[in-house]
Amino acid sequence: MRYHTPTTFEDAAQLAAQAKGLTRFLAGGTDVLVQLRAGMVQPDDLIDLKKIAGVSEITRTDDGGWRIGVAVPGIALGAHEGLCADWPGVVEGMELVGSTQIQGRATLTGNLCNGSPAADSVPGLVAAGASVEITGPGGTRTLPVEDVPVSPGKTALKAGELISAILLPPRGENAGDAYLRFIPRTEMDIAVVGSAVSLRLDGDTVTEARVALGAVAPTVKLVPEAADAIIGTTLDEPALEALAKVASAACSPIDDKRGTVAFRTEVAGVLTKRAALIAKARAKGDTA
Amino acid sequence: MSKVHVTTSVNGDEVEFLADPRETLLDCLRDHIGLTGSKEGCGTGDCGACSVTLDGTLVCSCLVLGVEADGKRVETIEGMADGAELHPLQRKFIEHAALQCGFCTPGILVAAKKLLETNPNPTEEEVRYWLAGNLCRCTGYDKIIRAVMDAAAELRQEAA
Ligand SMILES: Cc1cc2nc3c(=O)[nH]c(=O)nc-3n(C[C@@H](O)[C@@H](O)[C@H](O)COP(=O)(O)OP(=O)(O)OC[C@H]3O[C@@H](n4cnc5c(N)ncnc54)[C@H](O)[C@@H]3O)c2cc1C
Ligand code: FES
Ligand code: FES
Repeated sequence: MRYHTPTTFEDAAQLAAQAKGLTRFLAGGTDVLVQLRAGMVQPDDLIDLKKIAGVSEITRTDDGGWRIGVAVPGIALGAHEGLCADWPGVVEGMELVGSTQIQGRATLTGNLCNGSPAADSVPGLVAAGASVEITGPGGTRTLPVEDVPVSPGKTALKAGELISAILLPPRGENAGDAYLRFIPRTEMDIAVVGSAVSLRLDGDTVTEARVALGAVAPTVKLVPEAADAIIGTTLDEPALEALAKVASAACSPIDDKRGTVAFRTEVAGVLTKRAALIAKARAKGDTA
Repeated sequence: MSKVHVTTSVNGDEVEFLADPRETLLDCLRDHIGLTGSKEGCGTGDCGACSVTLDGTLVCSCLVLGVEADGKRVETIEGMADGAELHPLQRKFIEHAALQCGFCTPGILVAAKKLLETNPNPTEEEVRYWLAGNLCRCTGYDKIIRAVMDAAAELRQEAA
């Protein structure tokens, strides 16, 4: 295994484009090292991104959104007041990943690119309308987060391409987001269902919404029907019931010892209702 | 397989070693530097027995490559006592019998020390969440939590 430490994304893309064998990028390494040690993935070239300038920074963009570096670990998201105030749902998704030790290393970008349908930070990013900036041998492009994973473990990135930043839109007024997951214990487990809701209010009425589900389909998915079920409502009981119904209907989960199809489908509806209510409370100024 | 020359600071001492890029920081600490206090319980980030700090951040050294430590500061369990003088956490672990086989203990002490530096006055719940990534097969955790709470109280009095 060759270990590379490029200092620009262009060089990283070049290295990846020229590599003949198996290539992996190294951010926090919490997936890469586990897979390496298990003998599952033995890269010929490992491209460490942490020597590239700016990768550990969270910066405000000109339009009032956020640019999150690809090596920013979970612990740094939670410590960033401005980001927590704007996108608490995105931050809480990442903070659910692993233990204190894992938080010291694991990144949003790695969680996304590992391509797990149960990745805890991804539904929050999708609900937020986040996108990724991709650098490749031919230049840069952006892609909505929901279009990055294409199947378990596979992304839409082409050979030589890598993510150079995660971009969050400006939050704007009267808006809030939330992520909830179900696991059989309180810590250190893989989501059986995850649900994220981001919405904006005018008074008590929802004017914009995005809903994303995790662990109930081959990839994290955006569920536009769920958003439609609550836009124009005040999230009263009938609206919440309709939301739960469409969220459940969007599920095509696996059946395993951690959760049956029936269980995952029902819980997706329940969590989505709860996440919507938390997002609403946050939109109204609740900081919890 | 070409080896990489790594220079790093471990518990304040500059050390150099040659690492195969696939070797973890835990392997390098144990096999190249001879610091065997950090343990490998799982090698997959689940048990915390390998906990160290890297530039002040608590990490699992089994999930960091040795080559990634180049130019960084590593603190391990071996740097915790001041010569023969045990750190209050170490003393409290003995007083409360917060260990049996002791395999998890170095990792838990390193993690608990970082907790008390971050939050000198944690609630029991905060201690339990902070240490959720440190598994112990022997003690049932209760004595560990009590020892950490007691050490925190002692450290706060000293600081006051
Ligand atoms: C003990 C433990 C508990 C965990 N618990 C959870 C949990 O509760 N929830 C959860 O969702 N996950 C969990 N995880 C997995 C989680 O830690 C990872 O998915 C993490 O977020 C990946 O980020 P990383 O920076 O460590 O990525 P790395 O391991 O460095 O990389 C992961 C993948 O992303 C690719 N990659 C990295 N950066 C880029 C880039 N810039 N462009 C393109 N590709 C890139 C790599 O090639 C690799 O395939 C756990 C892991 C462990 C070890
Ligand atoms: S050995 Fe590193 S977490 Fe278990
Ligand atoms: S004392 Fe044996 S594992 Fe904790």
